Amino acid sequence: MAKYILKRIGLSIVTLLVLTTIVFVLVRLMPGDPFSSDKMTPEIRANMEAYYGLDKSLPEQYITYMNNLLHGDLGYSMKYVNQSVNRIIADAFPYSADLGIRALIFAVIFGVTLGVVASLNRGKKLDAVCIIIAIIGTSIPDFIMGSLLQYFFGIRWGLLPVAQYTSVAHTILPSIAVGFYTLAMVSRLMRASMLEVVTSDYTKTAKAKGLSKWRITIKHQIRNAIMPVVTVLGPLVASVLTGTFVIEALFAIPGLGKHYVQSISNNDYTLVLGMTIFFGAFLILMNLVVDILYGIIDPRIRLSGKGK
Amino acid sequence: MAEITREKFKVVGKNISSMESISRPNIGYWQDAWRRIRKNKVAFFSLCLIGLYIILAIFAPILSHYTHYTQNVNEMNQSFSSSHWFGTDSLGRDLWVRAWMGARVSLTIGFTASIINGIIGSLVGGISGYYGGKVDLLIQRIVDVLYGIPSMIITLLLMVVLGNGVHCLIIAMICVGWIGSCRTVRGEVLKLRESDFVAAAKIMGVKDIVIIVKHILPNVMGLIITSVTMAIPNAIFQEAFLSYIGLGISPPDCSWGVLAKEGIQMLRVYPYQVFVPAFMICTTMLALNLLGDGLRDAFDPKLRGTE
Repeated sequence: MAKYILKRIGLSIVTLLVLTTIVFVLVRLMPGDPFSSDKMTPEIRANMEAYYGLDKSLPEQYITYMNNLLHGDLGYSMKYVNQSVNRIIADAFPYSADLGIRALIFAVIFGVTLGVVASLNRGKKLDAVCIIIAIIGTSIPDFIMGSLLQYFFGIRWGLLPVAQYTSVAHTILPSIAVGFYTLAMVSRLMRASMLEVVTSDYTKTAKAKGLSKWRITIKHQIRNAIMPVVTVLGPLVASVLTGTFVIEALFAIPGLGKHYVQSISNNDYTLVLGMTIFFGAFLILMNLVVDILYGIIDPRIRLSGKGK
Repeated sequence: MAEITREKFKVVGKNISSMESISRPNIGYWQDAWRRIRKNKVAFFSLCLIGLYIILAIFAPILSHYTHYTQNVNEMNQSFSSSHWFGTDSLGRDLWVRAWMGARVSLTIGFTASIINGIIGSLVGGISGYYGGKVDLLIQRIVDVLYGIPSMIITLLLMVVLGNGVHCLIIAMICVGWIGSCRTVRGEVLKLRESDFVAAAKIMGVKDIVIIVKHILPNVMGLIITSVTMAIPNAIFQEAFLSYIGLGISPPDCSWGVLAKEGIQMLRVYPYQVFVPAFMICTTMLALNLLGDGLRDAFDPKLRGTE
């Protein structure tokens, strides 16, 4: 087990290193530079470049950056004067995390319920309804879902606020918009794995023992059927987080995604780099945690992991 | 009960050739898959819908006397009418033509990116799985690392570096997109490598690359086609996402993503401008997902003969 975990951690570190390098190079290749939109004399410009270390050669800049990164310092934004990237991320991340967690909880609870209800009513009308919801969910891009929700719930019926992020009511629409795709994926997976579990021997045993239907479903079937959902939780977190990008812009939520898109159009090198690394590290960590958790829950995985 | 007498029976004799003849028409793998797709109503309807969209995307802009970029100040934000079937946008451009021009761009990107991804992925995955050993180890390490990197971020940054446009979008999607099919194909090739027909080909001295391309790949073709079909909606969605945040197609050209973006800006007053591209994106993605499901079943030899 220790070997499996060490291997996973090693791979994650290498992944992060590669990501950082690729992004560093890509960011420097972007057309334009952070100061191109401001009018300034060549002297001031040279001073600014020296201040941010842009006058040095690329390898030197890379080494400085990586060194700072090791100390947890992501540098200063080149556009917002005197704002450290760490500070900007610390301010914005709580919004994105809040939205992401709400969306994920919404998606997992409703997705699992939908999947279970569908599988228990296999072939009946309720099953068809659940399948249709799942298929629609995977076919609607999140920003379209978001704008349709805004239109119907916000504008047409005036039930919920369509922008800002200040109260619980404000969080409902964006959470649904971000989580709907994930909900659909979870419910499809859950239905499929429930259908396998329903015919299993231990279900028959439980039935033979005379347990009630509810008890079988909750204690025996769902606990086993939920395993595939746990495995995809890592990638699902990734999709939820990228989903917050557009939804934040659409609902005017001051989270990471909004800053990210803006910093790209501003050519704010350090901010783009810092946010990408933060984002990437977060996702890689999530995948790592899920992998290790899964290894602990299901011993077959860590044994077969050797052959992989 | 009637009595069974000897007279009721007669000797037919035996005819070797008629015994050995195949009574039903011989059906190959592809014919069988096609037959099953046609029987699967949902998948066949999806296939027809996609075909219809492709035909309309080719011909609708040619047949209309509007163009996707002509602005007309006198006809701004009109709703559906007989002269403008899908209405007009905030600059007075005809949305029927724009929708199908958008379909051209979106479908081109979706199909091209997924097919190229499929080809690269299956070649790399095929080589990796077939040779095994050090080659496999090296490729799998690279794939593992790349797989861990959030693809959306890399695509996004690549788009900024490469600039806007259809080619750049496709290139940006290919850079990270082949990994999925590479993993699928490798797994399958690992199984096939041990099969008898590959051993036979090896003994006869067939070159490795020929074995991969002529003997192994046709056997994973069904899998590849299914995964490519499933990847198209993803590519269309990525394009829409990138165009939506302003990194995809630049005006006056349009894609479904651009149309959705423009529509969302007018959402409060003229919601129909979102509904049209939203409907098209959703139905296309829906149809391709359902077709993918149908293809997966059709190509599965285990389900052969079960109707």
